[in-house]
Amino acid sequence: MNTALAWLYAPWPWYVSGPLIGLMVPLMLWIGNRSFGISNNLRHMCAMTQPKSVGVDFFQYNWREQSWSLVFAGGAVLGGFLAGVVFANPNPVDLSVAALTMFSYWNVPIAGGFLPPVLFDLTWMGVIVMFLGGVLVGFGTRYASGCTSGHAITGLSTLQLQSLLAVLGIFSGGLFSAHFITPHLFLLFG
Amino acid sequence: MHLLPYLLAGLAFGFVMIKSEAASWYRIMEMFHFQSFHMFGIMASAIATGLVGVLLLKRFGRLLTLDGEPIVVPDKPPGRINYILGGLIFGLGWGVIGLCPGPIFSLVGMGSIGALVALAGALHGTWLYGLVKSRLPH
Repeated sequence: MNTALAWLYAPWPWYVSGPLIGLMVPLMLWIGNRSFGISNNLRHMCAMTQPKSVGVDFFQYNWREQSWSLVFAGGAVLGGFLAGVVFANPNPVDLSVAALTMFSYWNVPIAGGFLPPVLFDLTWMGVIVMFLGGVLVGFGTRYASGCTSGHAITGLSTLQLQSLLAVLGIFSGGLFSAHFITPHLFLLFG
Repeated sequence: MHLLPYLLAGLAFGFVMIKSEAASWYRIMEMFHFQSFHMFGIMASAIATGLVGVLLLKRFGRLLTLDGEPIVVPDKPPGRINYILGGLIFGLGWGVIGLCPGPIFSLVGMGSIGALVALAGALHGTWLYGLVKSRLPH
């Protein structure tokens, strides 16, 4: 396998992927004065599917004007397919020894793929945890008007105070659940 | 409206989400336990690149968007408490499912059932927010 091709299959180090993610901010501005972010699409998808009779105000707007954002999300799905299926990394994630030790304590197997099999597969635990976690993620991102992309990347790199507040909230919440909730989930469900 | 540039930008973003392993549950747990520099390196270098990129974009005053408009950085909507509380709620979910919205979309492209379930949850969460928005402090 030649080097260029090997590079497409391999995971990228932080100093390659980080700057590429950061470039999204000026790129989206250059394309059309757009603020780089993705979680607004969750709102657009709700607006698209809202029956006329329900009428929650938050979803009453012309989502077609935001089709650029939906197209961006569609691109992200396609990019995920290319990177994760067509050019899939054949090896498991190259974690630190400390993390590997922690996961063995948690009773979490390190398999190929990005999610532990118990969460990845269609198991009761997987569905309940991923759904409820997803509810928190969806609720929180809208309440905070953005997610990691819109706040940690776009907001911080354009020096916005609101984004700093959001990032502090995000990191505090994540630290709490990653230390005090997640470890026990796997022990509970085996 | 030209949508192709957005499709390509999204494609690049989704590709990097996977190749950076930012879409990996394992990487996120490793980050929250401070066991590797990887995710912090990604965040820090992304913010630095974005900062320099936006400064350069502003410095070159003649530079316009593809549609020929002057470049303006959109401001975040005003608010305080909603950013902190919303961030906390989002973070609580992120620390369990290890996926934020960007990775959810790219993992759906990988055919991940877990990510599809998370997406369904996130849509319900978004809906719920829309429903109770007026009763929340902002």
